[in-house]
Amino acid sequence: MSDLSKLDKIIDRWNADPEFVVEMFQDVQDQLGHIPRDALEKVSDRTGAPRGSLFHIATFYQAFSLQPRGENEIQVCMGTTCYALGAQRVLEALERELGIAPGETTPDGKFSLRKVRCLGCCAIGPVVAVNDEVVGTIRPSDVADFLTGLS
Amino acid sequence: MNIEELRKTRDEIGKRRERYDAILMVCTGTTCQARGSLALVDRLENELIKRDLTDRFLVVPTGCLGLCSEGPLILVQPEGILYTGVSEDDLADIVKQHLLQNNFVDRLLYRLEGKAIANMKEIPFYAGQQLLSLRHRSTLNPEKIDDYIGANGYQTCYEVITGMEPTEVVDTVVRSGLRGRGGGGYPTGLKWRACREAVEKTGNHPVVVCNADEGDPGFMDQAILAADPHSVIEGMMIEAFAVGAKEGYVFVRKEHPLALRRLSKAIEQARRKKLLGVAIFGTDFSFDINVHRGAGAYVSGESSALMQALTGRPGEPEAKYVHTTERGFRNMPTVLNNVETIALLPAILEKGPVWFSSIGTGDVSKDPWNGNTGTKLVSLTGAVKNAGLLEVPMGTTLREIVFDLGGGLPEGSELKAVQLGGPTGGILPESQLDLPLEFDALSEADCPLGSGSMIALDETTCMVQLAKFMVGFLKEESCGKCTPCREGLVAMDVLLRKIASGEGEKGDLDLITEYGQTMTEASLCDLGRSAATPVVSTLRYFRDEFEIHIKDGKCSAGKCRDLISYNIIADNCTGCTVCVEACPENVISGEPGKPHVIDQDGCTRCGICREVCRFDAVEVR
Ligand SMILES: Cc1cc2nc3c(=O)[nH]c(=O)nc-3n(C[C@H](O)[C@H](O)[C@H](O)COP(=O)(O)O)c2cc1C
Ligand code: SF4
Ligand code: FES
Repeated sequence: MSDLSKLDKIIDRWNADPEFVVEMFQDVQDQLGHIPRDALEKVSDRTGAPRGSLFHIATFYQAFSLQPRGENEIQVCMGTTCYALGAQRVLEALERELGIAPGETTPDGKFSLRKVRCLGCCAIGPVVAVNDEVVGTIRPSDVADFLTGLS
Repeated sequence: MNIEELRKTRDEIGKRRERYDAILMVCTGTTCQARGSLALVDRLENELIKRDLTDRFLVVPTGCLGLCSEGPLILVQPEGILYTGVSEDDLADIVKQHLLQNNFVDRLLYRLEGKAIANMKEIPFYAGQQLLSLRHRSTLNPEKIDDYIGANGYQTCYEVITGMEPTEVVDTVVRSGLRGRGGGGYPTGLKWRACREAVEKTGNHPVVVCNADEGDPGFMDQAILAADPHSVIEGMMIEAFAVGAKEGYVFVRKEHPLALRRLSKAIEQARRKKLLGVAIFGTDFSFDINVHRGAGAYVSGESSALMQALTGRPGEPEAKYVHTTERGFRNMPTVLNNVETIALLPAILEKGPVWFSSIGTGDVSKDPWNGNTGTKLVSLTGAVKNAGLLEVPMGTTLREIVFDLGGGLPEGSELKAVQLGGPTGGILPESQLDLPLEFDALSEADCPLGSGSMIALDETTCMVQLAKFMVGFLKEESCGKCTPCREGLVAMDVLLRKIASGEGEKGDLDLITEYGQTMTEASLCDLGRSAATPVVSTLRYFRDEFEIHIKDGKCSAGKCRDLISYNIIADNCTGCTVCVEACPENVISGEPGKPHVIDQDGCTRCGICREVCRFDAVEVR
C-alpha cells in the first residue's frame, strides 16, 4: 500500500487534469521508485482517465516501471552513438557481473539494470548512468571495479 | 516591459559587463555538467571571494560551448581563451596565472598535433562554424533574462509586433528559404501560410507547438533550450504573431532536465517582464507559452503522436487524413516546429531573408524548396577527435565536418562510414563524404539528414551489426499500430540476425529489400515509412560485406560473435597473466612468463582479454 496522501498531493499539483497524467506518473515514479497498482487506480479515480488507458501509458513509455526497482538503478545508454562506441559489450559485462538481464533487479534488491536511449552525452560515450549520475567512456573491463565502487 | 525599458536594460547590461577585466564562462552543458562543471562554478566563485577579486572578475555559468569531448570547458572572455579538461585543482592556477599575471595556463590549452591553440576562434573546430541558432553561445547566462536582453534580445520581436503585418512576417520566412530542422525539411513559411488558410477556412484559433522531444541523439535541441531559452521564446512569439496564435506549447521530455528547468525559468522571467501575457508591448498581441513535460518514446516526436501526447494520451501516431496545420492539438489549426527552426527566427527577422538565404546553397527567391539556406546544427560524435555540437552553413561537405572541424579520427583509425540522421537515417561510406549537408542531396543518396546527427564510424564497424542494431531500435520503438511497420521490422530483424550468425542464405538480401519497400509504401506514419532507410543505405553501399557474411561466413570487422574467435599470438604474449585475471569465463590458461592460450569451447567472445592486453597479443580472427 503506498502513501495515499503523497499521491493526493501529486495529483493536486496537476489539478487532477487528465491531460497531465504522464506528469503525475513521473512524479509518482520519482517519489516511490515505481508506479504501484493503487497509485494507478487513484490517478484513474481522480482524473477520470480510464484504467486501461493509464495502464497503456504506464507500459508504453520505457521510463515507467510497474515493479519496484533496486537501490541503485544502472542505466546503460543504448543510443546510436553509444552503440557505435561499444555499449553492447558494456551492457553484457553488466549483465554478467550482476547476473540479471535488462529490466531486472538483483535478488538482494541492490541493483536494477535498464537500457535507456540517448542521455545527451554522446561525446563521452559509451555512457552509463547510476542513479542519474553519468559516467562516461566506460569500458567492459571497467565494469567489475565500477560495481565494487558502488556497493 | 516597454521598448524604452528594454533598451535601458540592454545598455546597462553592456556597461556592467565592461566594468570587469575578464569574465569566466563555465560550460554547464549536459556533458560538462556530467563531468562536474557545476562544482567548478562554485569553486571558482569561492576562489574569487577568497582573493577579494569579485569586483574585477565575473563567473558566468553558460550553455554548451560545443567541444564536449574536451570538457569541462572554461572560456575567458573577452579575450576568448579556451581551457579544456579543467578540474577543480586547476582553478587556482587559472586565477593566479591567467587572471592576475596574464599568463595562459599552458597545460589546459587545446592542442593540435602537439601545438597549443589558446584562442577559441583559432581552433579549427570553431573556425569553420557560423552561429545563427547558437548566436549567443559563450556570451550569456541562460538563467538570466537580462543577459539575453543585453544581447539585443526581444528587440526583434518588438520590431515585428509593432511594425509588421503578420502576412509580411510569413512572406519574409518563405523568402528566407528556411526549412524545418526537425528532419522533414518542410519550408517553414509555407507551413505557416497553410495554417493561416486553415484558420480562415475553419474560423478556429490556431496554436503553435515547439517540438523538443528530441530522441536520438539527444543533445542539439536540448543544448539550444539550455543555452539560450529566450531565443526560443522570442522565436515562438514571432511565429505566434505570424499565424495569429495566442497560445504556445513546448513539448520537452523529462529526460532532458536541464532544458526543462532553464526553459521553465525563462518563461517565468518573460512573464514577469510582461514579454509574455496580454497586450505585449502595449499592442493587442497577447501570447503565452506552456511547457508540457513528456516521457521519452522515439515515435512521440512524430507530429500526430505529439498531438496525442500533448493531451495526456499515449504518444502514438494517428492516421492523418487532415493535416496538423488544419486540425492538430485539440483539433485546432496547429503549427509544429522544431526547436532549432524556431531559434533561427529572431536572426532571420532581424537581418532579413536576403541575408539568411545568402548563407547556404540554392536560389530560394522564388521557391523555398529550391535550396538549403542558413545554417544547420550538427552533433558530431563517434570515432572523431573533436566530438560535440557545431553549427555550419548548409552545403558544407561532410568531409569538412569530419576532418576539418572534427579533426579526423584518432591515430591508427580509419574512417569507414558516417551514420547520419539517427536511427531512421542512413549510412554513407567514406567515398561519399564530399556530399553537402543538404536535405535533398542526402535523401537522394539514401541517407537523409534527419535532425543533423553525424556519427563517424571506424574500420571496426560491422555493417550487418549496425543495420541490425538500427532495425532493433526501431522494432522496439514502433508503436505496433500498423502491420507493415510492426511485422516488417520483426521480419527484417530475424533475417539480419540470421546473417550475423552465419546462417544467411542466398535471397535473404532481396527479401530484406522487399520488406523495406512494403514498409515504405504502406506504413501509417513516417517512422515506419523511413524505417527501411538503415538497411537500404547499408545494402546500397556495403552489399559486399553482407554477401561475405552469407557466402563465406566471415565478419571482416571482427564483430559478429558466431563468426569470429579470439586467439593469443604467442610471439607477442609475455605471459603477464592480466588476461587470465580479467577473463570472466576463466578460459585462459598458461604459466606466468610463457605464452597463454584461450580455450575456444568456453570462450564467449566478450573481447575483454583483447581490451586489457598491453602487448597487442590478442587478435580476432
Ligand atoms: C518517428 C519520428 C520522430 C520524430 N522526432 C522528432 C523530434 O524529436 N523533434 C522534432 O523536432 N521533430 C521530430 N520529428 C519530425 C516532426 O514530426 C515534425 O516534422 C517536425 O517537428 C516539424 O518541425 P520542423 O518543420 O521545424 O522541422 C519526428 C518524426 C518522426 C516520424
Ligand atoms: S508506422 Fe510504425 S510507428 Fe508509425 S503508426 Fe505504424 S506501427 Fe506505429
Ligand atoms: S547515444 Fe549515449 S549519450 Fe547519446
